[in-house]
Amino acid sequence: MKAKFLVPLFLFLLLVLFLGFGLGLNPREVPSPLIDKPAPAFSLARLDDPARELGLADMKGQVFLLNVWASWCVACRQEHPVLVALAKQNAVPILGLNYKEVRGDGGIDMRKIPADQEVPMAIARAKQWLTEHGDPYDVTVLDIEGRVGIDFGVYGVPETFLIDKKGVIRYKHIGPVTPAALRDTILPKVAALNAEA
Amino acid sequence: MRRLLLALGLSLFALAAAAGTAVPAVADPVLEARVLKLSEVLRCLVCQNQSIAESNADLAQDLRAQVREQLGAGKSEDQVIDYMVARYGDFVLYEPPVRLSTVLLWAGPATLAVVGVGVLLMRLRRRNREAAPGLDDAQRARARALLDGKDDSGAQA
Repeated sequence: MKAKFLVPLFLFLLLVLFLGFGLGLNPREVPSPLIDKPAPAFSLARLDDPARELGLADMKGQVFLLNVWASWCVACRQEHPVLVALAKQNAVPILGLNYKEVRGDGGIDMRKIPADQEVPMAIARAKQWLTEHGDPYDVTVLDIEGRVGIDFGVYGVPETFLIDKKGVIRYKHIGPVTPAALRDTILPKVAALNAEA
Repeated sequence: MRRLLLALGLSLFALAAAAGTAVPAVADPVLEARVLKLSEVLRCLVCQNQSIAESNADLAQDLRAQVREQLGAGKSEDQVIDYMVARYGDFVLYEPPVRLSTVLLWAGPATLAVVGVGVLLMRLRRRNREAAPGLDDAQRARARALLDGKDDSGAQA
């Protein structure tokens, strides 16, 4: 008879357990289906020399980070010092993917920008931002229209992909890279991937 | 009254006019209808409780443009959905696919309903069986008196 009174309490505790677990999850972190799949091929203009393009093939044979950023992205500003510090350690090359530098900026009315002005504007803005905040990237490429971003399943900047020597995406970090994420997850993975043949 | 009706009519007209401006001028209404239909089953990853048809987030606009472009190029609805799932995962589908990992999601509510109704029926049946024993004759007489309003022993409400 006494046990019967405990049933609702037990159910309630079970519910609390589930809800507590749910609170700990981050709904913004959508697992990427691209993990352990070959990175989508791309070939984009380099920021330092827009006449030349850089593609995934140029990065083959090395483990590297692909960091998606834009000057209008506030959280990128937050993670940037972490990346600059990482670049100084020379632990892993970082490829910058500048994502929709001009058209992604909510403050810009694209109807007022002549079509041929978007690329020069993007280059100027990206360069200025890197001069101001430091440039941790070995190379930055320009994804003006955000096409490559869609191929990579980017849905919020910043995002960081860890790509192995064979060009396979092995890990994705969503949101700003923190020193803790770098120390506990990303750098150990880099070391493990560098040890792979 | 007539003035009220007029006001009502005018406001309805205004609503219709506002709705009219929301429809974009498109060259191919058939394609646009397909784009809209498909956009309604694709989730926007930025504002996660909206479809890319409803959302005005940058990404939703880009994805709508992708849908339009690919359908326009002759791809089928399924091919476009595969394209989205390959990049954003099952999460991009508003209606999750039936898989081993989603069985609970699909079958859960129905299972709970069946179990709930079952338990309720069992309890009701048991309660009927264990119904209170019948009244004796004196109680029955008093009840009848109460129902007929002839009771004079109880306090008047």
